[in-house]
Amino acid sequence: MRQTIVYGEPRKRIPPKELTAKLIVHFLLIIGLISTLLPLFWMVSTSLKTQEAIFEIPPRLIPKHVSIENYINLFQQEIDFARAFQNTLIVTTIYSIGALLIPSLAAYAFAKLRFPGRDQLFLVFLATMMVPSQVNLIPNYLSMKILGWLNTYRALIIPPLANVFNIFFLRQYMRSIPNELSEAARIDGASDRLIFFRVIIPLIKPALATLAILNFTGMWRDFLWPAIVATDNSMYTLQVALYTLFGQNQASTTFGVVMAGAVLVLLPLFIIFIFGQKFIIQGISMSGIKG
Amino acid sequence: MKKKYLTPLLFLAPSLLIIFCFVIFPIFFSLFISLTDFNVHSLVHWGNAKFIGLANYQQLFQDELFLKCIGNTLYFVVLMVPLALILSLTLALLLNLPFIKFRKLFRTGYFMPYISDSIAISTVWYWVVSKDYGILNHILSWFGIPGPSWLADPRFAMFAIVGLVVWRSLGYYAFLYLAGLQNIPEQLYEAAEIDGASLGQKIRHITIPLLAPTTLFISITSIIGGFQLFAEPLTLTNGGGPMDTTKTIVLFIYENGFRYFKMGYSAASSYILFAFIFIVTIIQIKFRDQEILY
Repeated sequence: MRQTIVYGEPRKRIPPKELTAKLIVHFLLIIGLISTLLPLFWMVSTSLKTQEAIFEIPPRLIPKHVSIENYINLFQQEIDFARAFQNTLIVTTIYSIGALLIPSLAAYAFAKLRFPGRDQLFLVFLATMMVPSQVNLIPNYLSMKILGWLNTYRALIIPPLANVFNIFFLRQYMRSIPNELSEAARIDGASDRLIFFRVIIPLIKPALATLAILNFTGMWRDFLWPAIVATDNSMYTLQVALYTLFGQNQASTTFGVVMAGAVLVLLPLFIIFIFGQKFIIQGISMSGIKG
Repeated sequence: MKKKYLTPLLFLAPSLLIIFCFVIFPIFFSLFISLTDFNVHSLVHWGNAKFIGLANYQQLFQDELFLKCIGNTLYFVVLMVPLALILSLTLALLLNLPFIKFRKLFRTGYFMPYISDSIAISTVWYWVVSKDYGILNHILSWFGIPGPSWLADPRFAMFAIVGLVVWRSLGYYAFLYLAGLQNIPEQLYEAAEIDGASLGQKIRHITIPLLAPTTLFISITSIIGGFQLFAEPLTLTNGGGPMDTTKTIVLFIYENGFRYFKMGYSAASSYILFAFIFIVTIIQIKFRDQEILY
């Protein structure tokens, strides 16, 4: 009588009504997924079309002839895309390193050290998160002008490093580490510097990985600040370069080159997302729930 | 006593320095600039800027374009937020059904647009909603609907932007809802089932009330994000066209500050934006404190 060993409820036959419901739900989800990904697919497809094929009516979803002429054109534009790519890579990399180191030091002070005024200072930091970044645009632009930093990497990297969220995020994580660990090290005579580097940093590696990905992709996507302080062609970031390219080509027959540029800008983000999905989702849910 | 401060200070010094220079000081400096007529001449020589009190603010409330920008921004938020909430909740409810296959694959796929950047995705969307060559109007034509010229028609341009923003954030919000759904104890549904509750009743009386914290979080995030709408209309409708129907507050700030260099005026308008966001944040804090009673 093997039949009797059924797990949970007996489910010998799925009633046809239930089966239809399941199929409909899956069908809806697939339709939704296709429409979600269709614009991205169409971007790739357009970027691989020849100039004439782009303006076919009705539009063809898959190009008849695959051509990479748009990608070749992309690097022969007035705007130096290779240079912009390099700028973005340099800026995002240096920023991501700084945005781990500087906030984790501060987070250690807020989470593990005791000093008068600690919580008040932290509250002041938190309160600044309420102020939209647009309020700071003009003063920071003027600071850059006075310092002579306009059109330099410093302008692109340093002001964005003033990021309270990173401190908040790491402080939350460090507080979850039991104090006994750092106290034990302290009794053994370890200095705060040693505790920070040898005890805390190894324990917060998952949080650092999450933050590194969030910061890297966040900086990669940043547009408004670079558009204001990097006005010289040679200092364009990818976002500014793509926006300028779009402005030059939107009404003309060369839209394919814009789509090739968009693919180039998006591809690294998608690659990071696919491989770092676990960390991204973890980070988003942490920041999301804490609000 | 000295030593008590030394170690924390060393750890905090880099953060204190940059946060003071690029966040705290600018907040006050911006307020000060907003009380002056700082303009293109002042950029050359700061002494040219005159203190004019609240004149910028008075002028802003008589500036028809600025009032229109506020109206447009509110209109965008009112359209976008409910749509994003309903669609993402529906998606999450479907994805949370026990029999769903390939749940992870769906989640990843729906999430893709969210990690894209505004400029690239706006250029893509520009092409999707293009009147004659766009895929959207082509699909509409299958159903016999003549697609409008989305971005050139004042009646439809905002819808195109709402569509872009909702499409982009759907997967993220659905993900947050999914996390919320997993926190609802199964026993509640079982109890309701014993009492003979229908699926609709269960959703209305258990799922939606218990998801209230998530709904609050998503609403606030999307309202604040909506108030800061910028790159999408900048790209899609060339900075707020047609006929300024998609010009937003941040576009106004940007244009006045960095196109016309009327920086005093621009700073004043950024403070109005701040006021709006401040109100929303206060509402959030009020609601969140009530939530604890649940």
